[in-house]
Amino acid sequence: MSLSGYDIVFYAASAFALLTTAIAITRANPLYGLLNFVLSLLGMAVVFYTLGAPFAAALEVIVYAGAIMVLFLFVVMMLRLDRTAIARESGWLTSSIWIIPILSGAALAGELLYGLLGSTGPAGAHHIVSPQAVGLKLFTTDLAAVELASMLLLAGLIGAYHLGRPARARD
Amino acid sequence: MNAILLSLIQAVAVLLGITLLAAGLTFAERRLLGFWQDRLGPNRVGWQGTLQIVADMIKIFFKQDWTPPFADKIIFTAAPIIVLTTVVLAFAVIPLGPFAGIMPNLNIGLLFFLGMTSLSVYGVILAGWSSNSKFALLGGMRAAAQTISYEVFMGLAVVGVVMLTGSFNLETIVAAQTRLWFVIPQFFGFLPFLIAGIAEAHRLPFDLPEGENELGAGFHTEYSSMKFGMFFIGEYASIVLISSITVVLYFGGWHGPLLPPAVWFALKIGAFIAFFILLRAALPRPRYDQLMSYGWKLMLPLTIANLAITGALMLAGIE
Repeated sequence: MSLSGYDIVFYAASAFALLTTAIAITRANPLYGLLNFVLSLLGMAVVFYTLGAPFAAALEVIVYAGAIMVLFLFVVMMLRLDRTAIARESGWLTSSIWIIPILSGAALAGELLYGLLGSTGPAGAHHIVSPQAVGLKLFTTDLAAVELASMLLLAGLIGAYHLGRPARARD
Repeated sequence: MNAILLSLIQAVAVLLGITLLAAGLTFAERRLLGFWQDRLGPNRVGWQGTLQIVADMIKIFFKQDWTPPFADKIIFTAAPIIVLTTVVLAFAVIPLGPFAGIMPNLNIGLLFFLGMTSLSVYGVILAGWSSNSKFALLGGMRAAAQTISYEVFMGLAVVGVVMLTGSFNLETIVAAQTRLWFVIPQFFGFLPFLIAGIAEAHRLPFDLPEGENELGAGFHTEYSSMKFGMFFIGEYASIVLISSITVVLYFGGWHGPLLPPAVWFALKIGAFIAFFILLRAALPRPRYDQLMSYGWKLMLPLTIANLAITGALMLAGIE
């Protein structure tokens, strides 16, 4: 099996994403967890790019890594994280807590391996999906999903507006 | 092989050019500020103060590089690197001339620029958090809130240009402006974009993350020597970046009569850089809540109205 440049980048980026995700889960300090998760998202963006979806890759960076994670970071910064908080967090990460996640994770990994063994590796950048194609799909065949997502966002917006109003106006 | 070598040389040239330009700007800014505020500015070292950069550089390299014992060492060191790297990376997609630039043909060029600017905020936030001091933390939190708010309409403002050209490719966007610069049909996209750009670069009047009269030096209060230098150069590099992307999107890129393209491009960028410095010389700093409500209540509706009108006009067949 010969590897093209795209394949090498694909495997390297996937390995990077998996590794940083594993680190993100196991950190006791939430800020380190978040930062590793950001790195994992960047790795995912590279994976999307090598699979021929540059638009999805760009959105992954702008929306997930660049906006949503910044909000998470913003909240974590407001919590006062000192040594006692981190020690308490480490106390929760006992060895017994890992049993169920590891079992279910192993089941998923088994299914994934079973599926992968039947396939022929990554598709590579044989077919590049242009931003226009994504837009067309979103507003023709996948319109229902877009509408559902917008309704969800509207609900969130109304909720945020209600919570954000001064207490006087709320009564 | 030659193609790879050529693009490598081009990349190194752009990298060096940006860094030198940013360093030169630290001097140019002080002289221009002096000129506009009716004082001299640095004029002692070399002819008219031109060697001031060298003097500053020597000074900053030999200062003690102090990492506070209460800081989070890894993140504290990574923060200035993130700022400088993301800004310099964004230059990769800027078309500098007809066939110049590292990767001007990228089909998601504009999105790449937006992605890099949105990542650069991590440097500032993490600097604020890892310094483990109150001034720095407040500066970092301000940077986070400000950048998220202004990024929203920065992205929306450029959609007008994308609608008119039908592409995220910056080279295509420049090519579409041979007859008419986009600043004319997209004036109400240009205005919010430039304002958001100034906010992204943390320049006055949007430099509240630093806010030296209330926060010491804001997010980089605890930084010294070359780590501070990297924030400093990063800020000037992002001025150059915002200026060049504005020129590419709204002012026809390298297009212009008579003079060669590179000269036109440099002239236009220079004009914007001077405008950035003039803003600093002329405007006071707003209050933080004014800054936020200005962004959400004025600029966001303006960009959405601009988008709706642009879309309606395009649908009606008027361009």
